[in-house]
Amino acid sequence: MQTNKFSLTIPSKSSNESFARVTVAAFVTQLDPTVEEISDIKTSVSEAVTNCNIHAYPDSIGKVYISGEILEDKTVRIKIRDRGRGIEDVKKAMEPLYTTGGEERAGLGFAVMESMMDKIKVTSKPGKGTTITLIKKINDKENAK
Amino acid sequence: MNIKTTGEVITVYLSGEIDHHLAKGMREEIDKAIEYGMPSLLILDFSDVTFMDSSGIGLVMGRYRLLQKTGATLNLVNLPENIFKIMKLAGIERLASLEKRS
Repeated sequence: MQTNKFSLTIPSKSSNESFARVTVAAFVTQLDPTVEEISDIKTSVSEAVTNCNIHAYPDSIGKVYISGEILEDKTVRIKIRDRGRGIEDVKKAMEPLYTTGGEERAGLGFAVMESMMDKIKVTSKPGKGTTITLIKKINDKENAK
Repeated sequence: MNIKTTGEVITVYLSGEIDHHLAKGMREEIDKAIEYGMPSLLILDFSDVTFMDSSGIGLVMGRYRLLQKTGATLNLVNLPENIFKIMKLAGIERLASLEKRS
């Protein structure tokens, strides 16, 4: 059962990366997360939105659609979607250190998301766009260190 | 961000958030200092960094590659716990020494 949700559409400007991660973090606050959980969510959202800005819309400003839902059991599901150029080979794009972003990009965006979220899902169609779904259970004391 | 040069050592006091949007300006300033200072040691101080994503890893890797040309060393100091975690994930300890914020 879904208990709360939000959606947000922003242009793919790099100056919006901070706004996006802070907004999602503020939404998750209602679940009373730890400082580490908030940090993990901010970092993962930042990675996903940065991917839209660099890769989905490399030469233009497009729309980035962000939504968040609180599911039962204190689980949050965040979706970051674009209608950009899409990813030809999702498996390859998710390999650590693989990047098409040039020398200053580490190629670790998906690796960071995978390590910080409980689950991530990437669906993409070339020419149509990409959706990244991030799922994390909040304040799971048994898993907290 | 503040940059201090003492002899062959350049210390960069990074501050605020390091993401894709802000990393570019930092990179340009640091590279200018390296070019003029020709350091044997570059210290990146993360004391006042409040957020970092993988753009920060790119920043560190890029500076490492630049320093490699002259055989200079890179130290990362005062890393907050969450940033230390990202550095370890990226295997940065193979390129630079890492020191957590005490």
